[in-house]
Amino acid sequence: MIKEDTQSTETGSAPDLQRKAAMALLAQATAPEIAALWAGWSDKPEIETLRGPETGLVMLRGRIGGGGAPFNLGEATVTRATVRLGNGAVGHAYALGRHREKVRLAAVFDALWQQPECRDAVERAVLAPIADRLERDRTSKRAETAATKVDFFTMVRGDD
Amino acid sequence: MYVAVKGGEAAIRNAHKLLADRRRGDRDVAPIQLDQIVEQMSLAVDRVMAEGSLYDPELAALAIKQARGDLIEAIFLVRAYRTTLPRFGYTKALETAQMQIERRISATFKDLPGGQLLGPTFDYTHRLLDPELAEDAPIEAPDQREEPEVFTPRVTDILGHDGMIEEDGELPEGAVAGDLTREPLTFPLERDLRLQALARGDEGFLLGLAYSTQRGYARSHPFVGEIRIGEVEVELEVAELDFPLTLGTIRVTECQMVNQFKGSAKQPPQFTRGYGLVFGQSERKAMSMSLCDRALRARELGEDITATAQDEEFVISHSDNVQSTGFVEHLKLPHYVDFQAELDLIRRMRAEHERNRLDGAETKEAAE
Repeated sequence: MIKEDTQSTETGSAPDLQRKAAMALLAQATAPEIAALWAGWSDKPEIETLRGPETGLVMLRGRIGGGGAPFNLGEATVTRATVRLGNGAVGHAYALGRHREKVRLAAVFDALWQQPECRDAVERAVLAPIADRLERDRTSKRAETAATKVDFFTMVRGDD
Repeated sequence: MYVAVKGGEAAIRNAHKLLADRRRGDRDVAPIQLDQIVEQMSLAVDRVMAEGSLYDPELAALAIKQARGDLIEAIFLVRAYRTTLPRFGYTKALETAQMQIERRISATFKDLPGGQLLGPTFDYTHRLLDPELAEDAPIEAPDQREEPEVFTPRVTDILGHDGMIEEDGELPEGAVAGDLTREPLTFPLERDLRLQALARGDEGFLLGLAYSTQRGYARSHPFVGEIRIGEVEVELEVAELDFPLTLGTIRVTECQMVNQFKGSAKQPPQFTRGYGLVFGQSERKAMSMSLCDRALRARELGEDITATAQDEEFVISHSDNVQSTGFVEHLKLPHYVDFQAELDLIRRMRAEHERNRLDGAETKEAAE
């Protein structure tokens, strides 16, 4: 998962790539999943909400022919939040859908992740379980699809 | 003199109360839950998202429930809802080549990298009603097959290598993708705006037009180069961060239609293409869209415009089912004054007609 994310970015320094990967995982967490991870987080900081959580739209773009010029395909709901922790660290989160509490918690974990003393704990206790679950889902979906792959064989016709 | 008439408040209030009652139906039957609609009516949800032009399965499910299963009404509700939200921005273009594939078939190549993956399809079912579904028989888990992850190239890229097929469509240098939700349409359109309109267009309308092209009205000799369904990542660039953010994944259906083209003085003969991309799992819509996209490229490709499916103004102006239903259904609203005026006019015309008839008879008698 993290490997794929780093691939899709052309610019940005290494810490940016790591943060991008972390934020991607937080965005893909389910609401109950991240709520449970937050419940299990022991040293809860003071949190001030700077923005949101608020829901809006993004216009999704496709490409003509799949790889050509962009066109506007249609919109999706997105929720975003920005928080500041007691020690001043600021975290952002954006995710598809309208799960406000999920996005607020994702912003909190983003702020925590940016602090060197918390990063390991966030990666171990929060990001790793989300990444594992996503990978399990992906693997089983891929295997289910693979089971529907057509294996062609040739029928031999004729008398000889 | 125009006299405004008011009334009907109580009737309307009671009608809406009655609607709520009928929507709920028999209270002894459990009310349907949104997660049940999302999970078990997922293709209806996909259609509402596609034609409502808003990707949000829970909202689409709510709209379906509120509309009593009337999908065009549900699409209308979703369109109305989207106008209440601010727009945060435009995403980066979806990379369908990187799709986590759930279904992928090609009618042009049997053996292709990644293979033919049937996925959860109605194809090859016998279309016999299954009485067991009326009961709650347990459903077996799907089979799994361990396969190494392989890159599944788009079929059009395979054909593209030797110039047998035209490239993905480009817009003129410096062009920004048009957005029909921001600017009213003015004809003629570029292909980007046509694709936006087709992506949200009514499935039935586009299906009928697509069928007409197969029956000889703007025939384009189509082959399904590829259909793929699966999840793609959505990325957004935001001001507060200097890298694009992953927002999550959405499911889309993509259809690459491959069509013949005899070439021109400038271009050697090659295959041309029609493109379809639709929210959710909807290959009927994606296929119809790609056939219509190809037909609507007649002007660009120097083809004679002889059929309805090639008439951009006709197709795009009538493909939106919210617009269509709005104008067709407004006819049932009170037109009492208009109709009185028409009635008056007809009366006067009839009187005149009668006078003319009598005059004519008299003149005829006088002549005799």
